[in-house]
Amino acid sequence: MKVLMFGWEFPPHILGGLGTASYGLTKGLSLQSDMEITFCLPKPWGDEDKSFMNIIGMNETPVVWKDVSWEYVKERIGHKCDPQTYFDLRDHIYADFSYRYTDDLGCINFSGRYPDNLHEEINNYSIVAGVIARQQQYDIIHAHDWLTYPAGIHAKNISGKPLVIHVHATDFDRSRGNVNPTVYSIEKDGMDNADCIMCVSELTRQTVIKHYHQDPAKCVTMHNAVYPLEPEIQEIIKKGRTKKDNNEKVVTFLGRITMQKGPEYFVEAAALVLQRTPNIRFCFAGSGDMLEEMIELAAQRGIADKFHFPGFMKGKQVYETFRDSDVYVMPSVSEPFGISPLEAMQCGVPSIISKQSGCAEILDKCIKTDYWDIHAMADAMYSICTNEGLYEYLKVEGIKEVDEITWEKVGHRIRKCYDETIERFNRH
Amino acid sequence: MKTVCLYFEIHQNIHLKRYRFFDIGTDHYYYDDYENERSITETAERSYEPALKALLEMADMYGDYFKCAFSLSGCAIEMLETYAPQVIELLQELNNKGCVEFLAEPYSHGFSSIKDAECFKEEVDRVCKKIKALFGQTPKVFRNSALIYSDEIGELVADMGFKGMLAEGAKQVLGWKSPHFVYACNRNPNLKLLLRDHSLSEDISYRFNDSSWSEYPLFADNYAQWIANLPEESQVINLFMELCALGIFQPLSSNILEFMKALPAQLKERGITFSTPSEICSKIKSVGTIDVPYPTSWVDEERDLSPWLGNVMQQEAFNKLYSVAERVRICNDRRLKQDWDYLQASNNFRFISTKPNSYGAYRGIYDSPYDAFTNYMNIIGDFVTRVNNIYGGMENEELNSLLTTIKNQDEELAVKEKEIKKLKQVVAKLGGTEALEEPKAEAPAAPAKKAAPKKCAPKKATAEKKEAPAKKAPAKKAATKK
Repeated sequence: MKVLMFGWEFPPHILGGLGTASYGLTKGLSLQSDMEITFCLPKPWGDEDKSFMNIIGMNETPVVWKDVSWEYVKERIGHKCDPQTYFDLRDHIYADFSYRYTDDLGCINFSGRYPDNLHEEINNYSIVAGVIARQQQYDIIHAHDWLTYPAGIHAKNISGKPLVIHVHATDFDRSRGNVNPTVYSIEKDGMDNADCIMCVSELTRQTVIKHYHQDPAKCVTMHNAVYPLEPEIQEIIKKGRTKKDNNEKVVTFLGRITMQKGPEYFVEAAALVLQRTPNIRFCFAGSGDMLEEMIELAAQRGIADKFHFPGFMKGKQVYETFRDSDVYVMPSVSEPFGISPLEAMQCGVPSIISKQSGCAEILDKCIKTDYWDIHAMADAMYSICTNEGLYEYLKVEGIKEVDEITWEKVGHRIRKCYDETIERFNRH
Repeated sequence: MKTVCLYFEIHQNIHLKRYRFFDIGTDHYYYDDYENERSITETAERSYEPALKALLEMADMYGDYFKCAFSLSGCAIEMLETYAPQVIELLQELNNKGCVEFLAEPYSHGFSSIKDAECFKEEVDRVCKKIKALFGQTPKVFRNSALIYSDEIGELVADMGFKGMLAEGAKQVLGWKSPHFVYACNRNPNLKLLLRDHSLSEDISYRFNDSSWSEYPLFADNYAQWIANLPEESQVINLFMELCALGIFQPLSSNILEFMKALPAQLKERGITFSTPSEICSKIKSVGTIDVPYPTSWVDEERDLSPWLGNVMQQEAFNKLYSVAERVRICNDRRLKQDWDYLQASNNFRFISTKPNSYGAYRGIYDSPYDAFTNYMNIIGDFVTRVNNIYGGMENEELNSLLTTIKNQDEELAVKEKEIKKLKQVVAKLGGTEALEEPKAEAPAAPAKKAAPKKCAPKKATAEKKEAPAKKAPAKKAATKK
């Protein structure tokens, strides 16, 4: 089976959970021997893992016919892809896009991030997708997150193949209910045209059904998973935590400091804990639009001496932070899935998550509280920090539980879903 | 000749309230009064009252033929006295018919039997006194919380003078043996063991109303026939269950009470009798001892302690609680002692179980085992602090040495007491009529004078001066003053 996938992020250059999920999911799927995956990215950096799939860069796909030589192409983009792909794609340019800004190879430039002109970039992505959709051979189209929905629809219209969209988040999660109408319309359009909607949790599935008025029959829940820790990272964990004086405990929150993640509840709960117990420190890692507000709040509550903002963490830093933590907290107001508690549990850190997060549906060996219930949250933090039994239990059982959640299993479920979608699609 | 031993447990948990760690040190009341009242009233209405009324009817109907046994935990008695005294009255009425035996059990329905022998004895004594006061019986047979039994517990119970004890007929203990005989404790064969037939017991208590069960619907004649069909040489069929089984586990609409009422007639027809546990203990010889190195219970398929002490959290909570057992036992604070009873109850530990099928859907106010653990540990945190506060932050070693001192002094005092008595008699003989009034004043003063030079410790001397009104208390005060 051949799959054409549209994505926005891919490791190692990731900005959020989307990249990690796209990677895991593709890799899990690729373990099936008859699976061929072509993954389209706005801007590959060349250092992506291409061992299990084929990557096509949107910024290396021509939309305007330029008469260039093989050598020239090889010199320009040869380090990232096979020049032959360029010429194959060039043969499928379907309209005159010379009014658009293109480079010397006739390609449109992409930032690959979330720039201010995001809507223009989404539109460009969809234009380029038209070329790829005409050139490639595939049985099904799989589009990740709303940015790529228009491209997916475009490809579906060209090829007449079924479209699967993967809802990693909806605008209802990001905005606590005040949706951006443009984003909503793109999302809704994608869902209306999709033949199968994969949602990362039942919570998201309900949002899709309720707020986007989709037929429940075509919405399926496809929980995310985690990849086993790389040996290099296991080394970091094994090295043991940095020695601390006076037996201080560390409670960590790691994520974008935005409305969606409920950072203020973490600060409030921390303030409650610190009223009673002096030997706990709080680490608030990440950046985001609410960072300053949170620093101010921490100061207002008079806990700034115990409440730390180390900023955005990436790569190994994340795991070093986990290693040095005693509790991980994710108080998200609305989290479609939330992969970070799984990562924390992999590292043996007991986690407290909000009942409003998708991963709560598949995790048992962690403490779940309502995000607004700061008393329950504070109580749970205190309990893990003071009761060795609870800490040990959650640590040991947590690792066991997370080890059972693999992308390979998810891959099999996705495959089953593909088969059913294709069958249903051909019947109509 | 087969005989059926029917026994019902009456226990109600004292529900703990939501107790956050902010409450530690500020709030010393741990209970959910509303839930306590609601649950006991509901249980009484739906189960205890109708079930006891049915048993009364049976007692009337069958006269001497029908017999059964009960045990009540101290917590249950307190709850019933407060919220549903009519249940106690029904039990008394039943007791007056002469067909009921009351067994002893630990006051708290907890696990002191496997952790703290002193505490255990004291608890059982209290229940015995309570039973004596309410029903005029002195229990001769013992049953432990959740039917927990092991060799050690058996030895302990035998030492306390009980002649029999109820236990689970667990497969891991019995092996090929049948529970339909009387066994004995291997450390003290004087203690007879009645082993529950869990299959026949649970046919009534768990499966009676289960329409997916192959034997559903169960009728009394069928059930009696099963018992009659057991091998000829079978002696006792022990049917032990909670009284809640009649009415709560098996709703009244399942006609469970009609079944119970019909059962004695069917058994009588087949020549099977009813006996109380102590009748069995005195009439039937044991066929041999039985080895139970690890505790067994009547819960879950494993029939062990795993529902209460199966994970590290439960063990931590358990150890933390019993770490202050001795301090609570020797203190005089009634409120602390009361909290101690309620906190020991097995239900508190069961809520923390992480066994997949252990507690079904019922977790009380708790979301998850972690929630239950956190709440319980917060309460224990406060409780332990309160206990330690009355000892002024004394270390365990220091306390232990003081305890030995007190114990020694107590012994010494006992000796002195005897001396006083002797002296009194001597004085009485010598002084004749004159001395009759005087000794009261004279006697206490005399030993004080004698003792003081011997010990040359002022505190101890004062302790002895006060000895006449209260023997133990002043000695303890002396210790706590330090």
